[in-house]
Amino acid sequence: MNTRTLLPTTLNPTLRRLAEQAITKAQATIPIPLQIKGAHLFLKAKQRALKQARVRPPVETPLPPVEQLALTEIDVSNPFLFRQGLWQSYFKRLRDEAPVHYQPNSPFGPYWSVTRYDDILAVDKNHAVFSAEPFIVMGDPPEGLGVEMFIAMDPPRHDAQRKAVQDVVAPKNLQDMEALIRSRVRDVLDSLPEDQPFDWVPTVSIELTARMLATLLDFPYEQRHKLVYWSDLAAGSAEATGGTADTDETFIGVADMASHFTRLWHDKAARRAAGEKPGFDLISLMQGNDDTKDLVKRPMEFLGNLALLIVGGNDTTRNSMSAGVLALNRYPEEMAKLRADPGLIPNMVSEIIRWQTPLAYMRRMATCDTMLGGQFIRKGDKVMMWYASGNRDERKFANPDAFLIDRDNARQHMSFGYGVHRCMGNRLAELQLKILWEELLPRFSTIEVIGEPERVQSNLVRGYASMMVRVKRAK
Amino acid sequence: MATITFIQHDGTSRDIPLTEGTSLMQLARDNRVPGIDGDCGGACACGTCHVIIDREWLAAVGPRNAEEKQMLELTPDVQPGSRLACQIQTTGALDGLRVHLPEHQM
Repeated sequence: MNTRTLLPTTLNPTLRRLAEQAITKAQATIPIPLQIKGAHLFLKAKQRALKQARVRPPVETPLPPVEQLALTEIDVSNPFLFRQGLWQSYFKRLRDEAPVHYQPNSPFGPYWSVTRYDDILAVDKNHAVFSAEPFIVMGDPPEGLGVEMFIAMDPPRHDAQRKAVQDVVAPKNLQDMEALIRSRVRDVLDSLPEDQPFDWVPTVSIELTARMLATLLDFPYEQRHKLVYWSDLAAGSAEATGGTADTDETFIGVADMASHFTRLWHDKAARRAAGEKPGFDLISLMQGNDDTKDLVKRPMEFLGNLALLIVGGNDTTRNSMSAGVLALNRYPEEMAKLRADPGLIPNMVSEIIRWQTPLAYMRRMATCDTMLGGQFIRKGDKVMMWYASGNRDERKFANPDAFLIDRDNARQHMSFGYGVHRCMGNRLAELQLKILWEELLPRFSTIEVIGEPERVQSNLVRGYASMMVRVKRAK
Repeated sequence: MATITFIQHDGTSRDIPLTEGTSLMQLARDNRVPGIDGDCGGACACGTCHVIIDREWLAAVGPRNAEEKQMLELTPDVQPGSRLACQIQTTGALDGLRVHLPEHQM
């Protein structure tokens, strides 16, 4: 539990420290699922006592064209901006007229938007002034679900935890995975229906990412869809990203996730103690590292880091798998280029990740007063780095909205972030997408998107809930 | 002619003509030396131009700067001679430099 959010802010420092120690001790001894349930009950009771309204998912209404708004009225935190196809015009206006822009009135509180490539890079590199703590999503997650993950920690704590787990997706581990990934891709693609519409998102994108996650976590394979469900809950909170996940359902889901992973942890620890050789999965790596070998006793960090790996490996790759199909349908001349030269696949993979930018932003908090792009940012201000906008910055990418599989600087996209928090799964993501396209191209003569895909409601995840596709096998 | 030698992880090596006033990363990219990605374009922000400098050359190349240290902290297979090639300026003093490439970039 994030102990700080549970304690009254008026507590004197000594009492506060004692109370925090007591809570930490309780965390180490009370089973995690019970703690989550406890936090859920506490939150409900508090909401009743203080007559606080429960946070409801936002309701969609049509947004105005950006030209009708004053600069001060532009609020890019709206979770329907991407779905309504307005995000490009909104962000272009900010890049051109107010590249470091303040919005004091949003459902997620006041925030700055940084929208140009070079400014985003400068913020991302400067972790001393722009802290990743306490959260990297726009709004704070539901009270009591403030899990701690290293993506939202600063050095040196971040470095120690990241190093403990990054080898699971490090390039040298990937060589062993390539054959496995390829056989699964073949398996899924060979079972696609011929010449009849099917939903690409669950059939291909979700299925392939779920299989990958189950392998990385050594999670029971037949239950892999639970990982997807938990990931969607974690990323879909109305409070945090304007998503559709219900708070009660999220608490129940997180408690269930906690009980599954606590069991998995203890099971692995027992097998290791009995002399079994540890595997190369995430939990085994954590157990083998001094900084994380007792992580199960710090439940909010334990859960947070698992959730991080699950969300990090789920939405991002899933939506890039869908995006590639969509982009090549929108730009048929690029499909022709690709058919003529499949050697373009690696560069196309980078271009897909740039064009889609599956995660729109990361959040930072200013640790001191500072200047950025001529604007005075105060200590404690919330600063959003809009990667989705940086990836369409005309100052960096020529003809930025076009999907060009041979774009010469596609690799310089910012979807992986920059600096110490740069995506550690980047090479695995690229490998999965590369293999998917290497297997798709010779197998199918057409991959046709039918109608418009349904886009996800979120200000963070730029994804597809559904996309109907029809394929024809190559003769 | 002044040259810099890039040695791949498998032991194969290539001598590249030394152009002064650029970065070691850019020199490698311009000459299509495999194994150096330079994804951030030289901003010391991605860690994908990791190289290992021969011990006898470390003094001539100079020490890591603070930003670079931070990125190298997170780089797998970091070694005492590890540097980010984008942070090394090419000068005539580097004639004969031997640069090893790691097995993978992060």
